[in-house]
Amino acid sequence: MINLKNRAFNILTLTLVSTVIFVILLILQYFKVISEYTGLLLTLAGIYVIVSLSLNLITGFTGQLSLGHAGFMCVGAYTTAIAIIKYGMPIPIALILGGIMTALFGLAIGIPTLRLRGDYLAITTLGFGEIIRVIIVNLDSLTGGAAGLKGIPTFSNTGDFIIDAIIRFSWVYIIMILVIAVIHNLINSSQGRAIISIREDDIASTSMGVNVAYYKVYAFTLSAFIAGVGGGLYAIFFGYLNPAMFGWLNSVNFVVIVVLGGMGSITGTIIAAVVFTYLQEWLRVFADFRLVIFGLALIILMIFWPKGLMGNKELSITGFIRQLRSGEFSPRQIKTKWNEFRQKKGRKKDGRAD
Amino acid sequence: MEFIQQMINGISLGSIYALLALGYTMVYGIVKLLNFAHGDILMLGAYAGFFILTFMGVTPASMLVAFIFSMTICAILGIVIERTCYKPLRTSPRIAALITAIGVSTLIENGARVIPFMGPNPKQFPTFTSINYDVFGINISMVQIVVLGVSIILMVLLNYIVNGTKMGKSMRATSYDMDAAFLMGINVNKVISFTFAIGAALGAAGGILYATAYPQVQPYMGLMPGLKAFVAAVLGGIGSIPGAMLGGFILGVAETLTKGFISSKLADGVAFGILILILVVKPAGLFGKNTNEKV
Amino acid sequence: MLKKVLSVALVLTLVITTFAGCGSKAPAGETGPIKIGSIMPISGPVSAYGTQSRDAIIMAVDEINAAGGILGRQVEAIVEDDEANPEKTKSAFTKLVTDDGVIGIVGALTSKCSLAITADAQARKIIMISPSSTNDTVTDAGDYIFRSCYNDSFQGQVVASFAYKDLKAIKAAILFDNTNDYSKGLTQTFKAKFEELGGTVVSEESYATGDMDFNAQLTKIKGTAPDVLFIPDYYNTVSLIAKQVKSQGLTSTMLGADGWDEIANNAGDEVVGSYYSNHYSPDANDPEVKAFVAKYTELFGVAPNALAALAYDATYILTDAIAKAGSTDPEAIKTAMMETNKKFVTGQISFDAKRNPIKSAVMVELVKGTEPNKPAVKYAATVNP
Repeated sequence: MINLKNRAFNILTLTLVSTVIFVILLILQYFKVISEYTGLLLTLAGIYVIVSLSLNLITGFTGQLSLGHAGFMCVGAYTTAIAIIKYGMPIPIALILGGIMTALFGLAIGIPTLRLRGDYLAITTLGFGEIIRVIIVNLDSLTGGAAGLKGIPTFSNTGDFIIDAIIRFSWVYIIMILVIAVIHNLINSSQGRAIISIREDDIASTSMGVNVAYYKVYAFTLSAFIAGVGGGLYAIFFGYLNPAMFGWLNSVNFVVIVVLGGMGSITGTIIAAVVFTYLQEWLRVFADFRLVIFGLALIILMIFWPKGLMGNKELSITGFIRQLRSGEFSPRQIKTKWNEFRQKKGRKKDGRAD
Repeated sequence: MEFIQQMINGISLGSIYALLALGYTMVYGIVKLLNFAHGDILMLGAYAGFFILTFMGVTPASMLVAFIFSMTICAILGIVIERTCYKPLRTSPRIAALITAIGVSTLIENGARVIPFMGPNPKQFPTFTSINYDVFGINISMVQIVVLGVSIILMVLLNYIVNGTKMGKSMRATSYDMDAAFLMGINVNKVISFTFAIGAALGAAGGILYATAYPQVQPYMGLMPGLKAFVAAVLGGIGSIPGAMLGGFILGVAETLTKGFISSKLADGVAFGILILILVVKPAGLFGKNTNEKV
Repeated sequence: MLKKVLSVALVLTLVITTFAGCGSKAPAGETGPIKIGSIMPISGPVSAYGTQSRDAIIMAVDEINAAGGILGRQVEAIVEDDEANPEKTKSAFTKLVTDDGVIGIVGALTSKCSLAITADAQARKIIMISPSSTNDTVTDAGDYIFRSCYNDSFQGQVVASFAYKDLKAIKAAILFDNTNDYSKGLTQTFKAKFEELGGTVVSEESYATGDMDFNAQLTKIKGTAPDVLFIPDYYNTVSLIAKQVKSQGLTSTMLGADGWDEIANNAGDEVVGSYYSNHYSPDANDPEVKAFVAKYTELFGVAPNALAALAYDATYILTDAIAKAGSTDPEAIKTAMMETNKKFVTGQISFDAKRNPIKSAVMVELVKGTEPNKPAVKYAATVNP
């Protein structure tokens, strides 16, 4: 009973908080408190969050290192773009189609590589990403080849740039919230516990009756689906695709985000993805020094925080609100705590004076 | 006839991949770290050679000096990188070390771009004038012979170090079980540093050979060969020295034959396709130990 | 309860927005400097081109300001770095337009970066003139998109007719970068024109960006014994290919396009006897060319490449049009752009209906220089296919 009440509370607060943040961001954009440029970056950050979370699902939660997520994104992006341009599909269907197509690729790469682990899996996914690029470059008639695919219609065309920007942002934000919800619920379900047990020790989990192969492929396919949807959003967001946008170094970027945020932490990934998107823009003024700084920062961060920003912990809004409700941070509470603190200090001083 | 010619092209390319793959494999064998920065050591080695050869002119003697100089510099650098960046992470999750390696690689590549005397622009690498030998209608260039010859000498030398010296014995012991080796009185830190030094020296030699065969130096030059050598190392079974050599040659020949007889557009795809196929059949690579995890 | 949630949400949003940095600045008014944006790869793989182009743009703007500016106002050039990455081009474009309020853009440098922003520029009525994006489809997005260089199909035709008519070649081979739109575009137009003239393309081999070994492809090409070998790529790759062409014992005449610019400083005697098309010949006796080369060399210590000349011209084409339009109204500037007909560094320029410049290409020959392994360039022909 209490559990049910807790859950309802969680769902309610999370929905409320995300809706309020969403509405506030919309208002700020509409009244140009946030410039269009910043709005664009927020939208881009949202896409990065989606793809990074999908990578975290297999790398952070399932423990399988993938270096081919840009490849998944690429499949989703091209599928969505072609569905819209060539077949005039509406955006939601095209996005789902992009996700399904990518999930099929995920399945195709997931099953044969089940036996591989660690670095071998990493290099295989890397190879897969490169193969995808070679295929897309050579399918000129469908994908535009090396010259790229252009003329992908945007989310809306109202003629008012602010409204268009807001609609674009809404699409990405709502899908991002859905993805967060799906992954959060999965991780906290029995399936999620099975998946995490694979990361901790796959032999032990097999002996406990977990179908390791099934859950590995399951996680891989779901991750590919989400990355594909993220890729689809990316395609519509940019209106132009080029195979060079999905090189293996881009996959490495997503790995960096996941590790910096903390493997197995959803909030960590979200924070890292947003910071990463902004850092890339901020550091642009440094020109060639940008990547020098970036490399140095990576090394230092890893040496001092090898588990990333959050480790596998979460920043919990509901937990924070519960603390608020329990009165731990109520003004009266704070005041009494402060008084206690001062008294302690005072005593010390007095003691010394004696 | 064309087939034999393409085989020669492939073996010549493969020997460089092999040399680089050795550096990857040795480091992996000891500390289980994919040293992403290995390709960048190649670049630094090539630049060191570039400065010596520009300064001294191209003669066999200066070539030798270039090799010794650049291998020494890079060996020291390898130790410095290991001590400062990788050692603090030895007990951390392996992916943290991998990200650090990516950081080191980014730092070296882009550091080279902002250093004034290196800079972002490609520079011509001084080489000897190429002489072509015509053997029964097959064209073999002087460069190809030198590359193959030096690679083989270095591989034989490495084989001797690993299998014939006391240090080699310690390396093998550390690779087998680091904790046990430590308990047996082996100075594990020293062994790891030595391994990084040897790996980096091989990378530097590979860099000079690479720049001799493809006479151009630029900060990003290590990226592609680094990636290919990585693939070669995994192909042969990462951690295995003969595996890396074989992996390098297989990759070089497969790539060249694909370009020559299937389609040059698909060459990269085929190279990675072969890799995936081999790994699906043999998950630990050709010579990799198929370790069954003990419970 | 609700109050608390709201306050938490507000705090979070505030954090996010502070994080996001400043809001939008005032858009361009009728006073103050006229702002021109430029998007160039200052860092990243093609920074060598980007920095030269940037320098040329700044040099042009300084000249204009020294002469009193345009419309009685100073010109301000705001340069953003895109690292030759289309993703960055898009955010740089949005920043320039919405935060800085530029009225025109000189850029981007590579075609794939330009293609990422042409639709936006058209929709927002921002005059965009790319100095060096040669892909045919760049100007397709609409009537606000211009360029100061000729496009790939023109250049491919120039090289093909030069090969067939002047060099009397019948069999041609092509070695191109399959992952680069520039190289691929030139290959297609060269092939079409060469075959239309009556020649045959006997071999068409490719590689991927970053490849350094071309022996396999060259061995295959050697088997078909072509008269000419067309290598449409940038000089750093070409200089590698040229060495391997010689070591494979291939003797066909090598041909190239404007990407070969600067090859004379980056290759040895193996390229002697080759020809390439370019936007202008630096050894020409043209007063405009001489003045530009002299001034640029004096300011920056190196001789300008062709892309720098194109960026310099693009800046002047844009500012001339603004001056002629008499206002910063995009409609009027666009009309004035179409009326451009003046002699610039890279030649007499006017625009056709698709906003491509109408000008002729120059074929340049690489000859033995005064020192060994230091080839020199020599004007060979002016071609109009």
